[in-house]
Amino acid sequence: MLKINNVFAKAGDKDILKGLSLNVKPGEVHAIMGPNGAGKSTLGNLLAGMPYVQAQSGSVEYMGKDLLALEPEERAAEGVFLAFQYPVEIPGVNNMYFLRTALNSQRKYRGEAPMDSAQFLRMVKQKVKDMNMRDDLLKRPVNVGFSGGEKKRNEVFQMGVLEPKLAILDETDSGLDIDALKIVADGVNQLRSAERSFIIITHYQRLLDYIEPDFVHVLADGKIVKSGDKNLALELEEQGYGWLNK
Amino acid sequence: MMKQELEIKELKKDSNSDQGAFANEDNAVVKARANQKYKEGFVTDIESFTIPPGLDENTIRLISAKKNEPQWLLEYRLDAYKKWLEMDQPEWAKLKIPAIDFQSISYYSSPNAKNENAPKSLDEVDPKLIETYDKLGVPLHERERLAGVAVDAVFDSVSVGTTFKAELEKAGVIFSSFSEAVHEHPELVKKYLGSVVPARDNYFAALNAAVFSDGSFVYIPKGVRCPMELSTYFRINAINTGQFERTLIVAEEGASVSYLEGCTAPMRDENQLHAAVVELVAMTDAKIKYSTVQNWYPGDENGKGGIYNFVTKRGLCQGDRAKISWTQVETGSAITWKYPSCILRGDYSSGEFYSVALTNNYQQADTGTKMIHLGKHTKSTVISKGISVGKSQNAYRGLIRVAKKADYARNFTQCDSLLIGKSCGAHTFPYTESANMTAKLEHEATTSKISEDQLNYCLQRGITEEDAISLIVDGFCKEVFKELPMEFAVEAKALLDISLEGAIG
Repeated sequence: MLKINNVFAKAGDKDILKGLSLNVKPGEVHAIMGPNGAGKSTLGNLLAGMPYVQAQSGSVEYMGKDLLALEPEERAAEGVFLAFQYPVEIPGVNNMYFLRTALNSQRKYRGEAPMDSAQFLRMVKQKVKDMNMRDDLLKRPVNVGFSGGEKKRNEVFQMGVLEPKLAILDETDSGLDIDALKIVADGVNQLRSAERSFIIITHYQRLLDYIEPDFVHVLADGKIVKSGDKNLALELEEQGYGWLNK
Repeated sequence: MMKQELEIKELKKDSNSDQGAFANEDNAVVKARANQKYKEGFVTDIESFTIPPGLDENTIRLISAKKNEPQWLLEYRLDAYKKWLEMDQPEWAKLKIPAIDFQSISYYSSPNAKNENAPKSLDEVDPKLIETYDKLGVPLHERERLAGVAVDAVFDSVSVGTTFKAELEKAGVIFSSFSEAVHEHPELVKKYLGSVVPARDNYFAALNAAVFSDGSFVYIPKGVRCPMELSTYFRINAINTGQFERTLIVAEEGASVSYLEGCTAPMRDENQLHAAVVELVAMTDAKIKYSTVQNWYPGDENGKGGIYNFVTKRGLCQGDRAKISWTQVETGSAITWKYPSCILRGDYSSGEFYSVALTNNYQQADTGTKMIHLGKHTKSTVISKGISVGKSQNAYRGLIRVAKKADYARNFTQCDSLLIGKSCGAHTFPYTESANMTAKLEHEATTSKISEDQLNYCLQRGITEEDAISLIVDGFCKEVFKELPMEFAVEAKALLDISLEGAIG
């Protein structure tokens, strides 16, 4: 589904990714770990098409398409979702209206009929229930006055409504207490399916107690230096990243 | 008509912003936005009677005679004209106003009627005029049948038709053109004309008092709640004319009314002057809600043409607990100079001002409000949202004055500015004068840009850049839009979208 081949990329004018390669097959969950400044968030932003990250060389193939050639909103409609590390506030625009606009834009791109407000409301209410979210989430303006934990939960909720094919979670676990962490993890686990893949960027092993990854990769200095299964995460937790350099 | 070539060039040179914003100017969306379409820009080809350009006492006598006015009104006009001659055009606003040649303007133009008198019903109105209003989305016949909104349509200098008159009369409500009111209710007009905005008030108000042509008159008798929304649709059509309308609304004790005005004009390379006066009088326990959707032609993307909108609007809360509320959505005009205000004379009376002003290309707006607290426990609320796009300049100017006897007066002011692009400017000039220690005044102001982060967030969710900007601006204006009557809120939102992105369907 996703083939990242020897990608070099800049964030601003800094070289961040230096020959990164990664293959993700449908249904797989990949955890990306690594020290600060290794390029973890840059990878997420590159895949989502955020303009502050520019690929210099290499290629990214997504569902048979050249992902880097697509606009960010096209990537979203093709099923790429990024849960932001720092979700953005949009005053005066309620979450529900925002999500309906987003969903219908994506449907329009895919040649599907728009969802009317009644259909959408039913669907969204069901999701709120399934994902254990609070009702008032829908009426509040997008991320305005949300606590750190609420913002992260809202990201996962949006993911649930938009039903992406490839979801990238950028440190969605940081700043969460254990209850919020469980809600976020439950949300992800509910969405796991044979067709949907996840790239989970995290500092800590603890999220992986709740979301069991198929692969764990260590990203250091712009490329993947070690890959393994979930046990690699446990090793990292015990020993830190220092031993990798030896 | 007005000499402005030189001045416009100058304007362009130093219209750089003092508060730059984020986006790069090559941004395709910002460019597309600059090519906005003004769909009301057509001209109606209709025979009309237009007096030659020029302004002197004879012009005023001619207008007055044309309208068959009583002697007292002619004297009122002539007196105003004398005052105007002694006054100077105000220069304190943050506007660059090219010199206006008042002798090159024609002060009266009316579409030829089948007979000299105002049409008695819509059936007597020239079909071309009906068609014009249809095209503008103000179908007079249909509004009459379906929408349940009474409309007074003012075309250049005259009212061409007022709908729902009979139904309103049953409720005791008078809703007519100003000219008609002068003949049918001279005692009311005489009593209230100039009582809130005297002729000497300011330069443009004096000019209006001298040459005003038509407008709307509303009278709601004691205890009557007006059974439907009233609205006036102003249209400038004729070339080289100014529009000087006058609106007067009086709500007697316990009466209430909601009134809306809309305005458009054809696209022309010359600037045209619009200097209106609106006076509102609210007695004890009366409520007046006045909403404006102003969409005069703003000029083209190079700043050529457009309406100069120099308007004086003021409401008087005469009695206790009276309430006057101004809501305005201003997207049009090359230059806007406008400060809808409230004089809070009655105890416990209240005034509100909700405003969205959007400027694009080379538009300039200096707009805001004055809240004059005279009575005890008077209360005012000011919510102003300025949106600057392109190379435009957008200023909020507000005065909150609390008089010595106005114990426990309260004001809350919030003015927010949003910048889109890096060549526009937003400015805030809040003034407060308080002569009473018990007054409580609050002021909040913010200036923000549509941030890259907000745009990127929307894009990542699949929302296109144009839709994202419209979504963010809509959210920014929400507090004001919710004050508009339902159907006009939809209209205002659509208008804002058009002003923002050009021809979005």
